[in-house]
Amino acid sequence: MTETRAAVVGSLGERTDESGTPHVEFLGVGKSYDGVTQVVRDLELRVYEGEFLTLLGPSGSGKTTCLMMLAGFEAPTAGRIRIAGRRVDDVPPRRRNIGMVFQNYALFPHMTVGGNLAFPLEVRGVDRANAAQRVRRALELVRLTGFEDRKPGELSGGQQQRVAIARALVFAPNLVLMDEPLGALDRRLREEMQYEIRRIQRTLGVTVVYVTHDQQEAMAMSDRVAVFNQGRIQQVAPPEVLYEEPERGFVATFIGDNNLLQGRIVAARGDVCVVDTGHGIVQAFLVAPLEVGDAVTLAIRPERVALAAEPGLYSNEFEALVDDIAFLGDHLRVRVAVCGSSSFVVKIPNRAGHGGVLEDDRIRIGWTPLDCRALAPDEEGERP
Amino acid sequence: MGSTLHRAFCAAVFVFLIAPILVIVPLSFNAEPYFTFTEGMLRLDADAWSLRWYRTVAGDRQWLQAVVNSIVIGIGATVLATTLGVVAALGLADPRMPGRRLAMGLLISPMVTPVIVSAAGMFFFYTSLGLAQTHIGLILAHAALGTPFVVITVTATLSGFDTNLMRASAGLGAGPWVGFRRVQLPIILPGVVSGALFAFATSFDEVVTVLFMGGVEQRTIPRQMWSGVREEISPAILAVATLLILFALFLMGTVEWLRRRGGRPA
Repeated sequence: MTETRAAVVGSLGERTDESGTPHVEFLGVGKSYDGVTQVVRDLELRVYEGEFLTLLGPSGSGKTTCLMMLAGFEAPTAGRIRIAGRRVDDVPPRRRNIGMVFQNYALFPHMTVGGNLAFPLEVRGVDRANAAQRVRRALELVRLTGFEDRKPGELSGGQQQRVAIARALVFAPNLVLMDEPLGALDRRLREEMQYEIRRIQRTLGVTVVYVTHDQQEAMAMSDRVAVFNQGRIQQVAPPEVLYEEPERGFVATFIGDNNLLQGRIVAARGDVCVVDTGHGIVQAFLVAPLEVGDAVTLAIRPERVALAAEPGLYSNEFEALVDDIAFLGDHLRVRVAVCGSSSFVVKIPNRAGHGGVLEDDRIRIGWTPLDCRALAPDEEGERP
Repeated sequence: MGSTLHRAFCAAVFVFLIAPILVIVPLSFNAEPYFTFTEGMLRLDADAWSLRWYRTVAGDRQWLQAVVNSIVIGIGATVLATTLGVVAALGLADPRMPGRRLAMGLLISPMVTPVIVSAAGMFFFYTSLGLAQTHIGLILAHAALGTPFVVITVTATLSGFDTNLMRASAGLGAGPWVGFRRVQLPIILPGVVSGALFAFATSFDEVVTVLFMGGVEQRTIPRQMWSGVREEISPAILAVATLLILFALFLMGTVEWLRRRGGRPA
């Protein structure tokens, strides 16, 4: 178990510095349907061999369009896409040899499960006996042995999902695309399928490009996540890095919760800067190439904010007015007014003494400069 | 009270619609060469009823030739109309196709144009091409009249078709033709077949264009009945009519069966 974890962390470490062979490359890719609105803009992205990369973003952020361009169902209006080093602009979908799992599964309703799985083998001219064996192996992989003769309509949503995955893998493509494949399943089944997809991907070592709008799903499954907003990639990084070291305000609030404060840098020394929010001076960790006088967005995780028992413990300490308290089992979610923000959230873990806060109380809260990241402000309209 | 009136009215509508058709059936078993019920028939006298006119039809070269013509022209027109109609419906279902509404309007215009107008137009046009008084000419004419039915039924079926299936098929390595034959066609087949049946029925019933364009060699069943009424007034027509009613019921039953099986409006 420890070894596995070490191996995973190791591979994540490698991925961070983008080494290895690129399997898929988006080079300056743009897409516009009407020639005016850019659905995808200046996209630069590399997916490495054997990697599980997720395109994450709100609906309409361009992530599905990217997947469709990669599959060949849409053509880029700018830039180029390379698969295994080869430009694919003129390669039709059927010659790209990519496995694809659709949001609604897209199983052929008039064919049996076995017929669905044999379809890609038949069109490739694989002989009957060989095909039957590969179909059996694929069903074994998704734990649906013996389901060959059922029709898709006779299966549950989760089983149909497994068939769709088996069909995308049965012809042994080395690149598999998945477009929100778990969107239609309930939460329990979704979590189980997340694990199953990850297990299968590791077993076969295929490259997977996965699209979702669910940040938890992206965090749970991916080697790296590309966060999309308004047709642009905001940041590409392993889940831990996205959470701990967001580079943009959008990423900071889209991945987990974050409190954002707006201000202006009044002093900077090395990595630490001093920011005037207009309602208090905050010391922050400078992660963007900003200088004194620049506008800045501060991001502070709710769970990194502490109740300050005694004054002087934190370099950022403020008096806050408690507006609302919600009990959420393992933690209290306290909404306070501080530093000009009326919706600043503090997470207080459920342990002895946590109940000492009441609504309308004036409390002292604090956080360290390291837990307060100074980011470049988002461009207009990029807020989630 | 209101309910009784309501039912009586409905019953009257049904009688008005169906009685003229149903009355043909017993009359076709008339033992005498009349178009009315004889006294013997009304007394249910066995001698007054016979299969005489069915035997006449079965033994008449002209009638048999008409049946053959109807089937040949009907099947030819159906194959042509179905092929063209399916291809047209596929094109019209693609949102990228420009001028879809206009094209759809033009394709279904034969349904709203008075047949006499189409028939007259076709007569002059086909005559100049040398196609009048040929089987090919009638097949083309009937295909034009039948195509709108195929376009409409197939378009209706396609509206429920998941276009992702064609993407899936292409993504799995199938070319457009294999994808159509293996994936799309089997799924839209109920719509295709009911469209084809409508197209066949259109050709099978049609008399106006046959009057204009058909020669002696192209006499179809309705055309033969037309001459029968005008020239000989024989109850053999009633026997043929009865057979046609049975055939129509069979076609309607098939369409309804397909509609239920496909789960979509035909």
